[in-house]
Amino acid sequence: MKYVVCLKQTPDTTELPKITPEQALAGNEGATLVLNPWDEYAVEEGIRLKERFGGETVALSMGPESVDQALRSALAMGCDRAVRLWDPSFADSDYWSTALILARGIEKDGGADIIVTGKMSVDGNAAAVAHGIACKLGIPLLTQVARVVDVSDGRITVERLLDEGRETVTAPLPVVISVVKEINEPRYPTFIRIRKASRTPIPVLSAADLNIAPEEVGQAAARVRWTHLVKPEPKKRQVTIIEGDTPEEKARKLLDYLMDVEKVL
Amino acid sequence: MGFEFLLTEEHKMIRETVREFAEREIVPVAAHYDETGEFPMPIIKKMGELGLMGIEVPEEYGGAGMDCLAYVLAMEEVAKADVATSTIMSVNNSLFCHAVLTYGTEAQKQTYLQAVASGQAIGAYALTEPQSGSDAANMKTRAVLSDDGRYYVINGRKSWITSGPVADYIILFAMTDPDKKHRGITAFIVEGDTPGLIRGKVEPKLGIRASATCELFFEDMKVPVENVLGEPGMGFKIAMAVLDAGRIGIAAQALGVAEAALEASIRWAREREAFGHKIGEFEGIQWKIADMKTRIEAARGLTYSAALAKERAKDTGARYTLEASMAKLFASETAMFCTHQAVQIHGGMGYSKELPVERYFRDAKITEIYEGTSEIQRLVIARHVLGLRGSF
Repeated sequence: MKYVVCLKQTPDTTELPKITPEQALAGNEGATLVLNPWDEYAVEEGIRLKERFGGETVALSMGPESVDQALRSALAMGCDRAVRLWDPSFADSDYWSTALILARGIEKDGGADIIVTGKMSVDGNAAAVAHGIACKLGIPLLTQVARVVDVSDGRITVERLLDEGRETVTAPLPVVISVVKEINEPRYPTFIRIRKASRTPIPVLSAADLNIAPEEVGQAAARVRWTHLVKPEPKKRQVTIIEGDTPEEKARKLLDYLMDVEKVL
Repeated sequence: MGFEFLLTEEHKMIRETVREFAEREIVPVAAHYDETGEFPMPIIKKMGELGLMGIEVPEEYGGAGMDCLAYVLAMEEVAKADVATSTIMSVNNSLFCHAVLTYGTEAQKQTYLQAVASGQAIGAYALTEPQSGSDAANMKTRAVLSDDGRYYVINGRKSWITSGPVADYIILFAMTDPDKKHRGITAFIVEGDTPGLIRGKVEPKLGIRASATCELFFEDMKVPVENVLGEPGMGFKIAMAVLDAGRIGIAAQALGVAEAALEASIRWAREREAFGHKIGEFEGIQWKIADMKTRIEAARGLTYSAALAKERAKDTGARYTLEASMAKLFASETAMFCTHQAVQIHGGMGYSKELPVERYFRDAKITEIYEGTSEIQRLVIARHVLGLRGSF
């Protein structure tokens, strides 16, 4: 079995409030870049699949050299190999083109039985790339995966987390699954793995390697463009502290307030 | 900051991993362990799995096989979250593991180093006695070789032993030849279940309350000769050399708590308002923040420099006593200065257990005391610089 985890490097969420719309539009956030938090669950699941059903887990990402850091995080957690896809023509690719590049990368690497992605990225928030990969490869997609029940006889059985509850479905392999945070708790990389990860070479596949023409990707091919971006005003909340000598008195005042003023009870 | 250039990608990944681990796993429970004084065993086990208990120990002996700078960076991050937890880590790494790795036989390394470095067992270091600390030559604990030459019989008492109540293995220093004074001290590795080893009550302490500290009593305790660490009579040399390594760990720990105090102060100075202004806009607060930051960066320079000196020593065999003492002295006094200022900046909230600042203040004090007080460090530094004999 072979599992490929597609991951993205995103700005550290704690620094997101500091980023201006202009910086975001220019693709120059100036923030610390980390492994997309949703993708940490995908990496963990990719490793767990290997531990449960045997095989190899490969981390895959599109991006410039700085992306190696996110790939090394995946290696340090336990992925066996990492591959980066990059060519100057890939810059400013939209979700559809990114999916094409990743799909070609997977094919070039010899395909995969299960492709794992996170639910979405914390910067783009589109949750579109997993769909795109499945379309490009012509294979099924299972989203909102909260548990991999079994992988056997060429099929995968998963639980999907829906608003109404959990749904168990099966699909033939190969398959793309996008996972939610309820699926697992990502492990911390051990020091020994960090050492190994920092020494593991990460091969880079170019547009030529992937047989991708410049007009298929990048700004030119983008079907989705960000025209403008507005930052929401921070929410301001009114805080009322209820005074009282005893907990009972405070509780009574709170109850009166909720019934008479807010009228929620 | 200025010292980032010293760090490899590997160092940065270690720092990030430990920072994330400490923020998620240690910060939320640090106040609980401080309050109860319980030993944070679940955290220590997880730290062991990550590789935090034998950072500089080679992989073949259960460690992570990294350098001293990695150790310093990891200590800093753990201490930022909780000094007590970092104390347990420090004793395991720089006292126990360093001693057995440097002076142990292959069999000792396989048995004891493997267990402690991989986090399966807790190590301790027993040098101090009620009447002797840095003047180790005055120790009263006696080890007498049996008539058949197969074991030593040890009697005496050790005090202030970090992790003493829970330690699986203890490096114990005892006098085997009192006439030779400090040249008559021998180091032993004692197993925690050895008959005759009695653990005293846990000391109630001002700070680092989760790092269990107790007295150890030895009553006709038999330790096989195979458990002598190094050679008989070599104990004092081992004790002092190991303390050089230990002091770098304490410097890193002090640096960590100083940084925690500064970070808390910056947050508070930006949030807290008085007289219609954020208090960070007042010069009085700005000066404190400026002094804290400057001293922290100076302490970092000395600490990283000591770590690099220790790395060089792995090839040359040279001592790095001076670098370790200067780092420990300056970083610990910086920790005390910064936590003191942090309490003052926070005002009443700095005195309250609602925030961790009062804990930083209580915890920082120990760094000026253990593994050689600030006064001892000054003696060590001065004697080195003046070329006088004798060390501590």
